[in-house]
Amino acid sequence: MTGTIPLQYFLIISTLMFFIGIYGFLTRKNLITMLMSIELILNSVNINFVAFNRYLYPQNLQGHFFTLIIIAIAAAEAAVAIAIIINIYRNFRSIDVDRVDEMKF
Amino acid sequence: MVDYSYTLLIPLIPFVFFLLIGLTGHKMKPIVSGLIGTIGLGIVAILSYVTAIRYFFTDHVAGTGFKSLKALEVTWLHLTDKLTINLGILLDPISVMMLVVITTVSLMVHIYSIGYMKGERGYHRFFAFLSLFSFSMLGLVLATNIFQMYMFWELVGVSSFLLIGFYYEKPSAVAASKKAFIVTRFADLGFLIGILMLSFNTGTFDFQILTSSTGPAILHAGGAAFMGLSVLTWSLIFIFMGGAGKSAMFPLHIWLPDAMEGPTPVSALIHAATMVVAGVYLVARLFPVYALGAPDALTVVAWVGGFSSLFAAIIACTQTDIKRVLAYSTMSQIGYMMLALGVSGYGGHDGLGFMASNFHLFTHAMFKALLFLGAGAVIHAVHSNDMTDMGSLRKYLPITHLTFLIACITIAGVPPFSGFFSKDEIMVAAWHHNKILFGIEFLVAGLTAFYMFRLYYSIFWGKQTHYHHKPHEAPFVMTIPLMILAFGAMFAGFLPFHALVTSDGLPFEAHIDWSIAIPSVLVGLVGIAIATIMYMKVSVIPDNVAHAFGKTYRWAYRKFYMDEVYLFVTKKIIFKLISDPVAWFDRHIVDGFMNLIARVVEKTSYLIKGLQSGRLQQYGFVFVTGAIALVLLFVYLW
Repeated sequence: MTGTIPLQYFLIISTLMFFIGIYGFLTRKNLITMLMSIELILNSVNINFVAFNRYLYPQNLQGHFFTLIIIAIAAAEAAVAIAIIINIYRNFRSIDVDRVDEMKF
Repeated sequence: MVDYSYTLLIPLIPFVFFLLIGLTGHKMKPIVSGLIGTIGLGIVAILSYVTAIRYFFTDHVAGTGFKSLKALEVTWLHLTDKLTINLGILLDPISVMMLVVITTVSLMVHIYSIGYMKGERGYHRFFAFLSLFSFSMLGLVLATNIFQMYMFWELVGVSSFLLIGFYYEKPSAVAASKKAFIVTRFADLGFLIGILMLSFNTGTFDFQILTSSTGPAILHAGGAAFMGLSVLTWSLIFIFMGGAGKSAMFPLHIWLPDAMEGPTPVSALIHAATMVVAGVYLVARLFPVYALGAPDALTVVAWVGGFSSLFAAIIACTQTDIKRVLAYSTMSQIGYMMLALGVSGYGGHDGLGFMASNFHLFTHAMFKALLFLGAGAVIHAVHSNDMTDMGSLRKYLPITHLTFLIACITIAGVPPFSGFFSKDEIMVAAWHHNKILFGIEFLVAGLTAFYMFRLYYSIFWGKQTHYHHKPHEAPFVMTIPLMILAFGAMFAGFLPFHALVTSDGLPFEAHIDWSIAIPSVLVGLVGIAIATIMYMKVSVIPDNVAHAFGKTYRWAYRKFYMDEVYLFVTKKIIFKLISDPVAWFDRHIVDGFMNLIARVVEKTSYLIKGLQSGRLQQYGFVFVTGAIALVLLFVYLW
């Protein structure tokens, strides 16, 4: 299986996903869409870990373990983020990120 | 060597009582604070008398002179081996004499003030300040070195300031206290320069070393010269400038008449008997240096004194405020004392002027304090300072009348009261030295008798003024000091000063020179006679005389426009040419620089506050950009 797809292709994919996620985080107006971008970033990191583990250290499993942990953490974080968004909606009646700028000079 | 270390209590007790009354006086009934102050001064007076009796009589070995001795001394500031400032107590004839004078007059003033200041809001504050003043003055006369004297000199100035401005709600009193302090402070500039010059050239502050005839001051009297006078002479002239300011000599006299804004007991204590003679005391203290090392400085002293006494006597003839007449009279009498010092030599009979000056200081303290306290009783009865509001008061104020009359006779120099003896000695000393100075003093003696009796008759005889309410005699507590001081004024002349207080400590023979005494008594009697004719009964003679003198009268009445001159110099010259540019610099450049810094900071913060916008995505952007920059930095450039 290692001969068919070179490692770099996986890395390119994960890099593209990472920066698409960053772009989405910095540009989207909707808080939930921003959350989705964060998930994209986390998943790109997962791909990176798994690819390196499979191609460089096939006998070890640390990369896979770390990926599992990241998935779990992403899920917990999504739950917390949604809770925050719901509270923001209750207070500001909107989930537009430009409306949530009260902590300024 | 006898032990005089208990004399530390003499200045210390008033200081402790100042703190005590000052800090706790408002909690007690007013009269209690007055009694505490008086008792303190009473103790100090008794200690002073004991010291005087011991020093002059019981502990004195007959046949030897009086030596100056240090009761105690401590090193206060040891800066280098050459520059050390000590504090201590020096006892010699003039300082012991001054102890007696200061404590007696202060005690009389304390007793008097218990009655005079009754009902005043600041009663306890007054007694606290009186104790502070007594402490300062006692420290001044007991100083062992010139620097300690300077310290207490300034303290006396502060006490005077506090007491003149006692009625601090009155603008004129505040202005007067400010004026007194500033003028004397300006004079003290000269004093300090003199001290520095003297101590730099002789290497010491100590009086015993400075005045010893084998000491550095007199031995190197030749010294470097500047404009024809040696350095020693210049330093002594500067020191005299300080003394002239404190003693209200021309032209630094302007503060003394205004200082009458203070309560009358203050005028009696400070501006008649004690503080204003501090300048005379200073010259007397350094007298050996003046007489042996710098006789030119003594010439300055003599002429300044002579001129001031004539100047003041002329002005006193025209003033209507009774306290101002007495103030100018004080200036005139101090001129006598300065002149006496100025015409004096050193040693034996040559030191007659020195003895006469101190003798006159002693008697003057008595009768001038008496005059002021009597004037206070009159003001207390009539509620006015102006002699045109008074007249025929002899019917209402018998004791005040009698004591005031005794004081006037004394100051006119009529025997056998004390003024005759002390003034006569001064006249003799002046005659033997400089006939012109004698002539000035002769004239001033006549003028003194004239204006004092003008004052006396205007208050106690003259017109029958209609008073709103009948003037009543002062209470007993106020008349007792008058009687005691009158007693002193009458009999102090019989004290044998020529055996006790002399320039070199040795007694000499002094006798009345009738060829000089009789003319001076006669000129005094002539002055009294003229005043009697003009003022005893209501008449138009005074107005006619004033018209006849015309412009001279107006100039004298206006105090020769000295205040106007000073105002011109300060406002038009000093304020406009020096103060205004300096103030402009301070406001625009120094403050402007501070404001500039503040404005720069403000602008910078305005520019960077945009970084904290509260917008989440901007924060994220900065974070990512920074991370990428760091990665590039570490991967490629390191």
